[in-house]
Amino acid sequence: MVSPVIHIHELSKTYEVTERESGLMASVRSLVHRTREEVRAVDRISFDLAAGEVVGFLGPNGAGKTTTLKMLSGLLYPTAGEVTVLGYVPSKRLGTFLRQITLVMGQRNQLVWDIPALDSFELNRAIYRIPPADYRRTLDELTELLELGPLLRKPVRNLSLGERMKCEIAAALLHRPQVVFLDEPTIGLDVTMQRRIRDFIAEYNRRFGATVLLTSHYMADVEALCRRVVVIHHGRLLFDGDLSALVQQFTAHKTVVVQLEEGRLDLRKYGEVLSAEDGRYTLRVPKAETARITERLLADLPVIDLLVEDPPIEEVIERVFAQEIE
Amino acid sequence: MRALAQLYLQQFKTTFASMVQYRASLFIWMIGHVLEPLVYLVVWSVVAEGGGGSAGDYTTAQFAGYFIVLMLVENVSYTWIMYEYDYRIREGLLSPALLRPVHPIHADVAENISSKAITLPFMLVVAAVLASIFHPVMSPRLWAFAAAVPALVLAFLLRFLLEWTLAQAAFWTTRVSAINQSYFVLVLFLSGQVAPLSLFPHAIQVVAYILPFRWMLGFPVELLLGRLTPTGAVIGLGVQVLWVALAYVLMRLVWRAGIRLYSAVGA
Repeated sequence: MVSPVIHIHELSKTYEVTERESGLMASVRSLVHRTREEVRAVDRISFDLAAGEVVGFLGPNGAGKTTTLKMLSGLLYPTAGEVTVLGYVPSKRLGTFLRQITLVMGQRNQLVWDIPALDSFELNRAIYRIPPADYRRTLDELTELLELGPLLRKPVRNLSLGERMKCEIAAALLHRPQVVFLDEPTIGLDVTMQRRIRDFIAEYNRRFGATVLLTSHYMADVEALCRRVVVIHHGRLLFDGDLSALVQQFTAHKTVVVQLEEGRLDLRKYGEVLSAEDGRYTLRVPKAETARITERLLADLPVIDLLVEDPPIEEVIERVFAQEIE
Repeated sequence: MRALAQLYLQQFKTTFASMVQYRASLFIWMIGHVLEPLVYLVVWSVVAEGGGGSAGDYTTAQFAGYFIVLMLVENVSYTWIMYEYDYRIREGLLSPALLRPVHPIHADVAENISSKAITLPFMLVVAAVLASIFHPVMSPRLWAFAAAVPALVLAFLLRFLLEWTLAQAAFWTTRVSAINQSYFVLVLFLSGQVAPLSLFPHAIQVVAYILPFRWMLGFPVELLLGRLTPTGAVIGLGVQVLWVALAYVLMRLVWRAGIRLYSAVGA
């Protein structure tokens, strides 16, 4: 078997936080005695990524996603467990390792605020020791893919959020990293810009065979880019597998949409009615009974059209996050 | 080595471009750097005149020379990293720097040098204007000027390494301003900033010779003024080299420990 690009085994990260009640007396007490509490941000998670995979890393806020990405990129030491990326131990932050990875964090800026992005790119060229010919070629490609042309010569502070994000991403990819960590790359962007970034990530992966691990709150990003998803919650691994399998595993229901000739019927005996409009009914039915119910619908009623669907991915994810795991 | 030179060159360009955007604040910053030595100059001139034209081994005109040269040397070795570092850590600006395959100190050194390159010409003009007003007396010698070049480089390196190391305190405490204040008081008195060290009691002069502060300010000033013997200059350069080496080792150790802590508690 080919060794994985990213290998995580029983990885844990525990933070120690000082706890204190509010109020003056509590402040005085805390001078003498501090209550320390351990918070397990990441709790014995394991997964591997093969070369060229694009994997969605999902979980609600505070699930431990960013902590994991920081351990993968060498910004944080793990408390326990193993992590290797391209065979390196990230926390050693070796130059050869750092030159092959990148971490894009939503609000962090690589770019110098007061000068054009192109000048910051030049600085990155020197930092990553990119040969001039490679630099030109990569820059041309990124400029074309992200449509950076008119943005490069404007001071960064004059760019819109979306424009700046595109430049940030370009700056982070100039050295053509083989491993790309993206933490909410589309956060705060409008739908068009989200789609453009998404298309770009897919294209970058295709062209350079880069391995991508990405977190996003936008399910559209995940659906478009990732066949496989890893879900964590309260620091623990909840699911690792195909996106379609996630839907199967975490939904006990299907959605049945029926178009009837008549619009004034009561369909409550068939399932939970989610909506009813002009003879178009949306029902939620238990997955195991889908076949039986559709059969009855077709037999009992004047059906024009009938459609069985999985619930939308947002709803599935919401349900996954809402589940308390013990 | 070539890669590092490339890096510095790019960093110069970047800093230069950003600093030009802030001409007004740069100007205000320079006024501060002129006013401080100017105040000491005036005070000591008054003291000297009250004492019949001199105080200690400095005449009024020699005080003028001392503080004008001090202003220029200060411009060479000054850093602002201690004011900035805890902000960087608190705002998470260090993390992007840690992801880069070069030590973050290089960006700071390059930024410092390039801002000096912008301010130095102005400071030279100011020095010329002050000289025409205060008629300083100096007795510079050619060999001393030659020796002042390495002395200035070493003074810059020593001060930079020391202050960069002290700035790392922000990893351990959120109250860095107390550390900064104590440090600046030590610099003020023991580097020759507030007065030439020869005016201090003997015991303090001994302490000042042992501690690093004189070697990042007072020593190059005295050298440029022609107040040192060739032997004194050579010994001084030797002490500077020792201090730079020590500061370098200290910087490495403190940085490593700081980063260990930073990446343990949450970058």
